[in-house]
Amino acid sequence: MPPWVELAIRIAGVLAAFLVLPLVVGQTEHKVMAHMQGRLGPMYAGGFHGWAQLLADGVKFLQKEDITPRAADRPVFQLAPVVALVPYLLVMLVIPLGPGDLVAQPLDVGLFFTLAVVGVGVLAVLMAAWASANKYSLLGGLRAAAQLLGYELPFVLAAASVAMAAGTLSLTGIVEAWQPWWLLWQAPAMVVFFVAGLAEIRRPPFDMPVADSELVAGYLTEYTGLRFAFFLLAEYVGIVVISALTTVLFLGGWRGPFADPQLGWLWTLLKVFAVAFVVIWVRVSFPRLREDQLQRLCWLGLVPVALGQLLLTATVKLIVS
Amino acid sequence: MSDRGHGEGLAKGLAITLKTMVRPARTQQYPDVTPELPPRSRGVIALLEENCTVCMLCARECPDWCIYIESHKEEVVVPGAARPRQRNVLDRFEIDFSLCMYCGICVEVCPFDALYWSPEFEYAEYDIKDLLHDKERLRQWMPTVPPPPAHDRNGEPAKEEAAAARRAASPAARRPVRPARAAGPRETAT
Repeated sequence: MPPWVELAIRIAGVLAAFLVLPLVVGQTEHKVMAHMQGRLGPMYAGGFHGWAQLLADGVKFLQKEDITPRAADRPVFQLAPVVALVPYLLVMLVIPLGPGDLVAQPLDVGLFFTLAVVGVGVLAVLMAAWASANKYSLLGGLRAAAQLLGYELPFVLAAASVAMAAGTLSLTGIVEAWQPWWLLWQAPAMVVFFVAGLAEIRRPPFDMPVADSELVAGYLTEYTGLRFAFFLLAEYVGIVVISALTTVLFLGGWRGPFADPQLGWLWTLLKVFAVAFVVIWVRVSFPRLREDQLQRLCWLGLVPVALGQLLLTATVKLIVS
Repeated sequence: MSDRGHGEGLAKGLAITLKTMVRPARTQQYPDVTPELPPRSRGVIALLEENCTVCMLCARECPDWCIYIESHKEEVVVPGAARPRQRNVLDRFEIDFSLCMYCGICVEVCPFDALYWSPEFEYAEYDIKDLLHDKERLRQWMPTVPPPPAHDRNGEPAKEEAAAARRAASPAARRPVRPARAAGPRETAT
């Protein structure tokens, strides 16, 4: 078939995943968080255990009034949700779902592209915070700046470790080079990547920028309606992206116990949902980190571990080769 | 830093949430199911008019002053008595449930067991005036009053039980000593 049709189909597939997977993760969060707290979660929307709750929420947000505060910096304020959402869409284009050709755009520098684009999401938080003309937003934004800049480093170092182990920056190549004993070898990097990834998407316990009970809603305070819904969607897309990256880099992507060529996509999705479950589990179980605790964890905890892992990776790689 | 292993508290937290998730939630989805209420649940107060002697203790003791009582006296001729007896007859007995705070003092203090707790709670109204339940409506709650639950096995015994037990335990120590008094026409042998 002509190349543009194939490209359109691939992009449509990624778009479908981009719209559906976050809703599934969001509904899972509602139910899992509820049961972990001894309650039931949504039960009415859509009849069967409230499966349509997030769709109902989406419709609710759509019909709200679009307000921009008078003192706000209008173009920046209105652009921030888009800047939060689009980088994740771009990253999803290069994450492989299955062996061979099951990826929207196989990039040779896929990992480099991913890390660079995820960093753009940081900008959205600062845009939202500064343009909101609100003290709470500004506080949230400045906390976010310190947090996101700090955690970029262990995030990148951990990813670099596994790229070094695989010898390639291509995400497809990393999955192909992966071996089960890497689970042990790259375990510190996996933990560092996962924790830093949580901090990058501002998920509890790293949700200081939002800090529901302290900062009203941090950098989200002045957002209502569809823009707010976009930020929320960005949070859940972030969970999907971080889970997918952890899966592809550290858990072997589409590699499974059997039937890799046919069921590779299934293994990927199962692993992504398993990691997403851990993200939700961590949110329910742990209290929020204070700014100083957060920075301490980053600079005194994660960065040394990531550097140590790099050393270990390089050593083992030299020994093995 | 703690001298326990790092991360022990974190792991414990994760374990607790996982354990709670695996157990079924005990939520009762009212109004699709009728809730199972514990014994002695306080829903509404019922009045047994026959027991009421209009002593007005409940109205006096109510902290919110939400009980309204009106009565009049009637004479009852008793054959063989020196004069007719008087008795109170209840005209109006209303409880204003918009004021009631469900403390139960009126039920507790009634010496004649005319007030009872019922676990019925579905009597919300659109008009606040309809929350004033009159005598007839309070009587209609009586069939919903459950039989009293059994005494708590580990609870303190009632005053009367304790006193009776004490008397039974030491009969020799408490020889009944009657104070000296003029013999009347009604003295009988014990």
